[in-house]
Amino acid sequence: MLYAAKLALRHLLSTPGQTLLLMLGVAVGVSVFVFMSALIGGLATLLTQRTVGSIPHITFEMAERDPQRIVGGPGVQVAVQKDLSRRAQIMVWEPAVALIEATRGVTAVSPQIRGSAFVQRGQTIAPVGVIGVQPDKLSAIADVAGAIVAGTEALTPDSVLIGQTLADDLGLRVGQVIVVRSERDRERSFRIGGIFALGIASADRQALYMNFRTARALFGLPSGISRIEVKVAPPEAAPRIAERLRGATGLKTTPWTDENEQLFEALDAQGRTGTIVKTFALITIVIGIASAMLLSIVRRRGEIGIMRAAGASQRFVLGIFVIEGTLIGAIGAVGGALIAWLALLPFPPLEAVEGGGLPVDRAQGDYVVAVLLTTLAAGLASIVSARRAARIDPVEAIGA
Amino acid sequence: MSEEPLVRVRGLTKVFGQGEAAATVLRGVDLDLDCGEMAALLGPSGSGKSTLLTILGTLLRPTEGEHRMLGEELTSASDAERTRFRNVHIGFVFQFHHLLPDLTAIENVMMPAAASRGRETGAMRQRAADLLDAVGLADRREYRPAALSGGQRQRVAVARALMNEPPLVLADEPTGNLDRESADQVMALLDRINQSTGTCFLISTHDEHIADHCRRHIRVLDGQLVAAELGGAS
Ligand SMILES: Nc1ncnc2c1ncn2[C@@H]1O[C@H](COP(=O)(O)OP(=O)(O)O)[C@@H](O)[C@H]1O
Ligand SMILES: [Mg+2]
Repeated sequence: MLYAAKLALRHLLSTPGQTLLLMLGVAVGVSVFVFMSALIGGLATLLTQRTVGSIPHITFEMAERDPQRIVGGPGVQVAVQKDLSRRAQIMVWEPAVALIEATRGVTAVSPQIRGSAFVQRGQTIAPVGVIGVQPDKLSAIADVAGAIVAGTEALTPDSVLIGQTLADDLGLRVGQVIVVRSERDRERSFRIGGIFALGIASADRQALYMNFRTARALFGLPSGISRIEVKVAPPEAAPRIAERLRGATGLKTTPWTDENEQLFEALDAQGRTGTIVKTFALITIVIGIASAMLLSIVRRRGEIGIMRAAGASQRFVLGIFVIEGTLIGAIGAVGGALIAWLALLPFPPLEAVEGGGLPVDRAQGDYVVAVLLTTLAAGLASIVSARRAARIDPVEAIGA
Repeated sequence: MSEEPLVRVRGLTKVFGQGEAAATVLRGVDLDLDCGEMAALLGPSGSGKSTLLTILGTLLRPTEGEHRMLGEELTSASDAERTRFRNVHIGFVFQFHHLLPDLTAIENVMMPAAASRGRETGAMRQRAADLLDAVGLADRREYRPAALSGGQRQRVAVARALMNEPPLVLADEPTGNLDRESADQVMALLDRINQSTGTCFLISTHDEHIADHCRRHIRVLDGQLVAAELGGAS
């Protein structure tokens, strides 16, 4: 064994109680570090999951044509008027869907017909946003099937699904017939096949799910579609995949991250809070180890003098105390990581967290980072003291 | 004299402090030590014995003067060079035995070799065991210093000073802390080692009885050598 390491170990073993207490102190700091990582990570995952759970991760729409590109050029002035008569629709959508489905990270693809309409029941009228989906893709984006509170999720050509708020507002029940008038001024009557409660206020009040083919007729889109909605895994990959597919499909792609700035600001603030707490935990560890090493060195002045008198180099003395401090840090850190891991065992998995419970994710504990950082910090903390040890004047220390 | 002695010191001066507080402890010491010498450094307390020994041992730099050993000029050498030189060529024995409390007797003896090599080897252990045999502590190898008597600890310290086979061992009042019997034992041991290995010993003491073990007596008074005369034998 390295001789300096042997001496460092002997030092630690000569006062086992003190050494243990010191390592315990480090362990507590490290377990705080790990716990904070698990909590902040778990919180972020939970918030993200709740946010992205029922929204599309990427939305594909027809790119708006840039008129400058059509007639542009230097010295040419173009006045552009938005063409309101031509609707934005994806004409050649089937190859695009096939391409998107074949992309890595994409987990669900739903081509949709979208439009505004009014629902009429007797004398009451309410505005709705129609979502025309292929029946097997009904729950591809939001779990509509799982949110059905009355009726069934089956989308026949003449049935629609509406949200609970809308149903309550209009006094509608499953099986009743309503008239839907589209923005294209076409109307049709439908039977209410099911009522859902997604827990998203806007959807429960305004969304109306309809069979894809029926929606085509209602909105006068015989072949094109309005948009393609996509889910990806992990949700964080959305911007990257969106960017790639924008080039591949020529469509306009909007990742969910573009419209959820607030979430990211919140996550950012949370992350910073966690970093501050973790930094303080590390600082505490550093101060603890540095002061313990200083004490150890004061106590061993005479021994250091003897070693230097016997021709031990300053580097060798430095090495002993750096190893000693690093060992305290490393062993304490491993202990702390273990304690934290055990302490996190009783916490329920994220999916099972209920109101008031801490969303702690044991997998995001940052155990390795905590151990490495602490060991490194311990090494640096002991260098300061160890340098003092190395510079001790042997004549003074021995008192010869 | 064509051949240079083991140690040659000329005009050695040591001043501690500066200005008003300056204290001149050594005033122009000239001294030669030859291989195989057994010399006592005699003088009252405060006369400068320890200061001279620490300078000869490269633990302290003189304020002025020349210090050569084994043909090397040591005053101009760097701290690291002097440390290295000390490790290989000089052994120390102090009044308060100063063993490392967390190491066993044999580990203490190996220390000067292990510290410079960076690890303990089987050969070191063998040599340390032989040295402990030689100082009569074969049965105490695995004892910690706390479990040894004062005389035994000082014998371990002697063995440690000899570990790297240095040509010079400096002993600063090595018996000052021992009872008469233990003191005589240690002196007899140093004498025996000097006879058998030819190691040069310079032993400081204020005790004439202890000095009787040495063939040469060097007297220091108020920072100056009084007279370097030959002692009893030789
Ligand atoms: N580091 C120092 N600073 C100031 N004075 C010192 C120092 N070391 C020794 N002295 C003084 O030098 C003188 C000689 O000390 P020392 O060499 O220890 O004598 P001895 O070993 O013969 O008793 C004493 O007066 C002592 O006070
Ligand atoms: Mg003295």
